[in-house]
Amino acid sequence: MGTTQSGILYGRLPLAEYETNFSDLHPPLDRHEALVASDRCYFCHDAPCMTACPTSIDIPLFIRQISTGNPVGSAKTIFDQNILGGMCARVCPTETLCEQACVRNTAEERPVEIGRLQRYATDVAVMENKQFYARAAATGRRIAVVGAGPAGLACAHRLAVKGHDVVIYDAREKSGGLNEYGIAAYKTVDDFAQKEVDYVLSIGGIEVRHGEALGRDFSLADLTEQYDAVFLGLGLAGVNALRIDGENAEGVDDAVDFIAALRQSKTKADIPVGRRVVVLGGGMTAIDAAVQAKLLGAEEVTICYRRGKEHMNASEFEQDLAASKGVTIRHWLQPKRIAVKDGKVAGIELEYTTLENGKLTTTGETGIIAAEQIFKAIGQTFQASGLGALRMESGRIVVDEEGHTSLAKVWAGGDCVLGGEDLTVSAVAMGRDSAESINRAFAADAPRASAVA
Amino acid sequence: MADLRNNFVGIKSPNPFWLASAPPTDKAYNVERAFKAGWGGVVWKTLGEEGPPVVNVNGPRYGAIWGADRRLLGLNNIELITDRDLYVNLREMKQVKMNWPDRALIASIMVPCEEQAWKAILPLVEETGADGIELNFGCPHGMSERGMGSAVGQVPEYIEMVVRWCKQYTRMPVITKLTPNITDVRKPARAAKAGGTDAVSLINTINSITSVNLDTFSPEPSIDGRGSHGGYCGPAVKPIALNMVAEIARDPETYGLPISGIGGITTWRDAAEFLALGAGNVQVCTAAMTYGFKIVQEMISGLSDWMDAKGHRTLDDICGRAVPNVTDWQYLNLNYVSKARIDQDACIKCGRCHIACEDTSHQAITQFVNGVRHFEVIDEECVGCNLCVNVCPVENCITMEPLAAGTLDKRTGKPVDPNYANWTTHPNNPMARQAAE
Repeated sequence: MGTTQSGILYGRLPLAEYETNFSDLHPPLDRHEALVASDRCYFCHDAPCMTACPTSIDIPLFIRQISTGNPVGSAKTIFDQNILGGMCARVCPTETLCEQACVRNTAEERPVEIGRLQRYATDVAVMENKQFYARAAATGRRIAVVGAGPAGLACAHRLAVKGHDVVIYDAREKSGGLNEYGIAAYKTVDDFAQKEVDYVLSIGGIEVRHGEALGRDFSLADLTEQYDAVFLGLGLAGVNALRIDGENAEGVDDAVDFIAALRQSKTKADIPVGRRVVVLGGGMTAIDAAVQAKLLGAEEVTICYRRGKEHMNASEFEQDLAASKGVTIRHWLQPKRIAVKDGKVAGIELEYTTLENGKLTTTGETGIIAAEQIFKAIGQTFQASGLGALRMESGRIVVDEEGHTSLAKVWAGGDCVLGGEDLTVSAVAMGRDSAESINRAFAADAPRASAVA
Repeated sequence: MADLRNNFVGIKSPNPFWLASAPPTDKAYNVERAFKAGWGGVVWKTLGEEGPPVVNVNGPRYGAIWGADRRLLGLNNIELITDRDLYVNLREMKQVKMNWPDRALIASIMVPCEEQAWKAILPLVEETGADGIELNFGCPHGMSERGMGSAVGQVPEYIEMVVRWCKQYTRMPVITKLTPNITDVRKPARAAKAGGTDAVSLINTINSITSVNLDTFSPEPSIDGRGSHGGYCGPAVKPIALNMVAEIARDPETYGLPISGIGGITTWRDAAEFLALGAGNVQVCTAAMTYGFKIVQEMISGLSDWMDAKGHRTLDDICGRAVPNVTDWQYLNLNYVSKARIDQDACIKCGRCHIACEDTSHQAITQFVNGVRHFEVIDEECVGCNLCVNVCPVENCITMEPLAAGTLDKRTGKPVDPNYANWTTHPNNPMARQAAE
């Protein structure tokens, strides 16, 4: 029996309901479903879906391999381009990437289910632990990778394949980065993030050191001194503040912490949630927090975003998902003040906004939404120290198209670099490409084979 | 409303859709269901001579190939003729014919190539009230090893001989069913005509192995690890059947010989095409075995609606209408020039036309125009081969448009000649002779 009491409480739902609510959002395709879905692929030439994929997976080929009963070969096609293809199959906003580009949209407004097919093939390979790559002969080169998230793992794997040795440093207890801590639980069930990490690391030659943070336990200079190259694949550790009254009241929380706690909880029944919840922000984090608050049993969940629907970073699919779970999304509302009673959140006062000559301004009108819990999801920032003279811009690391930073031995990719897309799949692409760049750099300065008499 | 009534060598049926002699017509139960569903006639599953009936394998009898979404495209079977007692079949046939006097009921027969065997069975069949007989000279599996079925159909002299016996010993119309497992289908057709047949029906099934089991290395269908060639049928064989029907329809020696068209007929459209190529009616099997008897309703309404739309009142208005247009390659008009045209509004930009043309044909379709993905025909290179039309997943997105006489063919740099000219008179033909047409 659950509870509808006010306050921030855990156990709002009967136990069984948590399990139902947090089950797989897109259940995996079974073999028959995969065959039917794969039959719809036209095997386009120079396929638009492939162009739309940040990791350029050969989508027509992997789907054809599924359709001919070769899911293992299909998985290899995927992993050749994206070793984290399993997670990407779950979390990619396919509706704005490959599936948006699918030519079936033009004819029928219904794309081939590329994401789910990718999951089908990669699941087979990961579950059966089919390994496709053997390490090249040891090169003796050692590379430090900072951050065991998608960028770092992709980079480390590709470097290991090339025969280099890699040490990954990660500040947290588990590898995976946002895959482990930053994605809604219903998108990656059954501890898939860790299974995938194990799969990636099983190539060998990669050591992961947990609980070691850049700037706290070592500096970039330490790494460049000890290693032949460094790849920085850090995430965004900072969370933007509201800078309004009441922000420190009990019940004002960071959405990213809430999402991480949910992921680390086995049953979800131990995660408290308010009866009435307001989520501030318009991105995927806001949606993930709002939907999960609802799934935990919150009675009323409202997302407040200070601009219009068309400006939201959350995809149309994510917005629809939130609506389908009973989340209310309100636009053109900017937080003004958090109402506090006895040190606890009682509600939030918001001010209406509008665009004037392209500039966001407030209209002066306000309204109050009663709430016991407020999640901030208004953006994250790159917070790192110990980077020395590394060139930064707008708070992020500057890299060239290969991922090379301003320092000779340092590459970077993922959320910490300037101009990234803040997507798992983009991070994977940058990690992989940096590995190739590092490998080329090694080859270029390798001593010529000396002719020994 | 079009009149679909069919009169095939005097055998009347309310529509031209008959079920072919096959598993669906093996007993009264199925045939009654077929008639209830609307089939115009059935050819009862082949009867053998009196005595212990044949036996079938007890493992799989069918193999298949599939298209997208596991749509059945081709079926093969190794089932033999009826394995029920001759008299049980005859009794049931008689009862069914009494129950359904307006439907056609034909008896398919296969007995040894001996005059006495045919002479013995024909009166028994006649006594059932059947409207006619069909001589099974087609089955390519099993019975052919015993000198029957296609073993007879492959020897024109035997065909002529047996047909002659049948015409001698029965008043019933004789339809001779031909095997496609020969080089030139006109030969057995001519032989049947020489023997006095009233009609031919074709095609029977084609020798085939549908697949190989890659775990056991046994052909499919696999019976205890081994397989045998079976008779292939279904949508995949339709083009082969259409050609064979047309060959007989336009052969001066068999011209006018009634043809019952068989081979992969699945929709009204398929049926209309057989009729247009000279068939007087059609026989269906695989489509019914795939979807059940109800499909005849689509066939009837589709044919009727099409005839109404085109102003054809009776089947005679369409039968054989395409036959004069079937000719030899040497008589095709070499001055006819067409170019592919891509409807840009319908194009979904899959690029298959481009890659098909680029890799395997004439490099006549762009991929990019001004840096944008855009598929367009390059008239200077297009030979009008139609491959792009065939690989395009959107119907009517790419069409072949003939160039009007006098317009410039950018590929050859010459204006399109308004006059018909074929290979027989072409200057490149060393054997150039007067055109026969």
